[in-house]
Order: sequence, then C-alpha cells, then structure tokens
Amino acid sequence: MAQLIGCIGTSHIPAIGGAIHKGIQQDPYWKPFFDGFPPIRQWLGEKKPDVIVIFYNDHGLNFFLDKMPTFAVGAAPQYVNSDEGWGIPSLEPLKGEVDLSWQIINTLIDKEFDIVSCQEMLVDHACSLPLKLLYPEGNYPVNVVPICINTVQFPLPKASRVYAMGKAVGEAIAAWDSSKTVAIIGSGGLSHQLDGERAGFINKEFDLQFLESLLTNPEWATQFSIHELVEKSGTQGVELLNWLAMRAALTAGTGCGVRKVHSNYHIPISNTATGLLALEKTD
Amino acid sequence: MASNNKLPPIPGTTPFDGEQAKKGYALNKMCFSFNTADNRAEFLKDEEAYMRKYGLTEPQAAAIRAKNVLQLIAAGGNAYYLAKFAGIFGLDMQDIGAQQTGMTKEQFKAKLVAAGQ
Repeated sequence: MAQLIGCIGTSHIPAIGGAIHKGIQQDPYWKPFFDGFPPIRQWLGEKKPDVIVIFYNDHGLNFFLDKMPTFAVGAAPQYVNSDEGWGIPSLEPLKGEVDLSWQIINTLIDKEFDIVSCQEMLVDHACSLPLKLLYPEGNYPVNVVPICINTVQFPLPKASRVYAMGKAVGEAIAAWDSSKTVAIIGSGGLSHQLDGERAGFINKEFDLQFLESLLTNPEWATQFSIHELVEKSGTQGVELLNWLAMRAALTAGTGCGVRKVHSNYHIPISNTATGLLALEKTD
Repeated sequence: MASNNKLPPIPGTTPFDGEQAKKGYALNKMCFSFNTADNRAEFLKDEEAYMRKYGLTEPQAAAIRAKNVLQLIAAGGNAYYLAKFAGIFGLDMQDIGAQQTGMTKEQFKAKLVAAGQ
C-alpha cells in the first residue's frame, strides 16, 4: 500500500512568483518568507515523496462563476499553468498521477462526497507556486493530484465538511495499491482580506492559534462557521480550509501522530500574513 | 427559498454570496476574460465597446470608468476577478488596499507591517 509521509502548508501569494522571477528572494522584504523553506526542502530531499496531493483554491483561471464546484479532483496526466491576467509569469506544468486521482475520486464518491472530476484542468498560482517553492530547481521530481476547494463563491463548504473530505482523501491514499510515497500540500492563507473597507485585515493571534492547533488539536478550526472564519481570518484568509483538509488527511490510518519538521510565520507579504508548516506523520 | 437567517454583518466586508454573484455576473465575466492578453488589449483599445459586449450594468460601467474598487464590489465584483482588471493598469494589492481604506499607499503598507508587531 502507498505510504503517506506528511504535509506542508504554505501561502501562495501571486507576488511570490514575481519575486522568484526577479531573483530577489534575499532582498530584506522577501528574505523572512523565503528563509522558511530550506529546512523543508531538506526534509523532502530525505523523504523523496513520489506524489503530492495538493488542496488549493482556484482564483478564476480554470473555474469561473458559470460552473463552480465545491470540491473538484484533478484526473489529468498534466496540469498546465497559464496567463492569470495579473502579470505574473506562468510556471512549468505539473505531471499528474492519474491512478491516484481515480483512487481518490472512487473513494470520495463511495464515502458520499459528490465531487467533480476533471480530466482537463488549468492550475493557477495556488497550485504551481507551492511546487516551485519546494523544488526551486524545477523539473519537479513528483507527480501531483490537485484537489480544488471553493473559497470564492459563498456558500463555501463548512470547515467540518472540509475536514471530513480531507480525512477521506487520506484514507484513499492509505488504501492505494501502490508502493509510492505521498505527501500533502495545503495551499493558501493565512489571515488576509483584499476587498472592502476592511482590506489589509490580518489576525496574528488567530493565525498562531490555528497553526498550533494543527499540531495538537487538528479539529479545532471545525468549531467555527464559515462566517466566523471570515470574521477571524478575512475574506481570503478562509483559504485556511485547504490547510484543514491537508491536516485531516494525515489522521487517516491506525494513528494520527505527527512531529513538526519546521514552521515559519511572517507578516506581511503583499497584504497577507504568511504561514508555512511541515509535519511528518509518525505512526 | 432563500434563508431568512441573516448573519451579523462583518464591518467593511461583503461576502461574495449568491446575491453578489447574480448581481456581478457580467462584470466578473468581463474581468475573467482578462486572463487573455488579446482581450486585455481589446479592452484598452475601446473600453466602452468592450463593456457593452459583456453587457455591464450602468453602475458596473461607471465603477470601471472610475477604477473605484468599493464601487466595483457594490456592483457585484469579486476580489479575485477584479484583481485581473487592476492588473491591466499595473495596480498591486497595496494600491487597491489604500484606495479602499482611504489611506496613502505608504500608510497602508505601514498598517500591514504593524499587524505583525
């Protein structure tokens, strides 16, 4: 059976792509953000996952409001990034892991998560940037399964539902008849709000509680309604749902022990409190 | 049936719900088209004709002409699609944030830095 090794949560601000393109990772503004990654790259270098399942939200590249799935699972051999309209360079395509995609799709439907499956799917910065941050040399040594969670158009899925879906994905991976190793990415957040008179809202206290909860009490955030999560983390901070699904996936199996590999938290990059957390599954 | 359970408002925040999505559909569809360079060029060549093509309402068209983000949100605009419109003019998220909060860009950036302390 496949082996789940751990997870990485990271912010995915579009401006990161601009900074990488310009090679200014060590400028004083960017250094506190990029310096979080080397210990995690080292861990990945030791663990060498074959596949990464990535929970993310599309920002209007693949999905428009004409058809807005709550949960969509990629089942494509390749995922291409494309012009997103705001001037960030497009990143290299990601290779799919189609066999695992269908294992996840079949498992989720069996467990009554009525997801959308996508045999063609553009992926935006929320999917392409985390890979670039973790494997900056490119030519990624991993295949991916992207799972998109609607954080754009309300009603969003409840935190408790996202958690349950993430756990079911973990169970699908654990039951996958493969010798491959799998890691999970949760992409987005942490607290930020781009729109309205409350633009620039950041909530450090809540973010730090959330990060701590992922280590010690992973279901903590499921106590909040989406409305409460927006109030506490901002209209876009609600992307933390991707982290919640990621963490829930690690609770599949006989035990749910984790150890912290590394974490980083820095304010601000663009209008965002950035979070980074890698956890290794220990059971 | 629509829910009668109104949630307590979050000051300065407009959740992008079904009402907003219905109201803003034409505006957001136009902004979604800006993923393509040819469409961005076509918009810049004749903004009025491009807005007519997408059937923008008068409040939406007025908000686009004014490049006023709060008006665009009031007209049903969603932040992620509006960002594609802002990108055409090279506006970044601190420009957008400053405009919405009535601050200078430097003041807005200082507010962000202060949130980390």
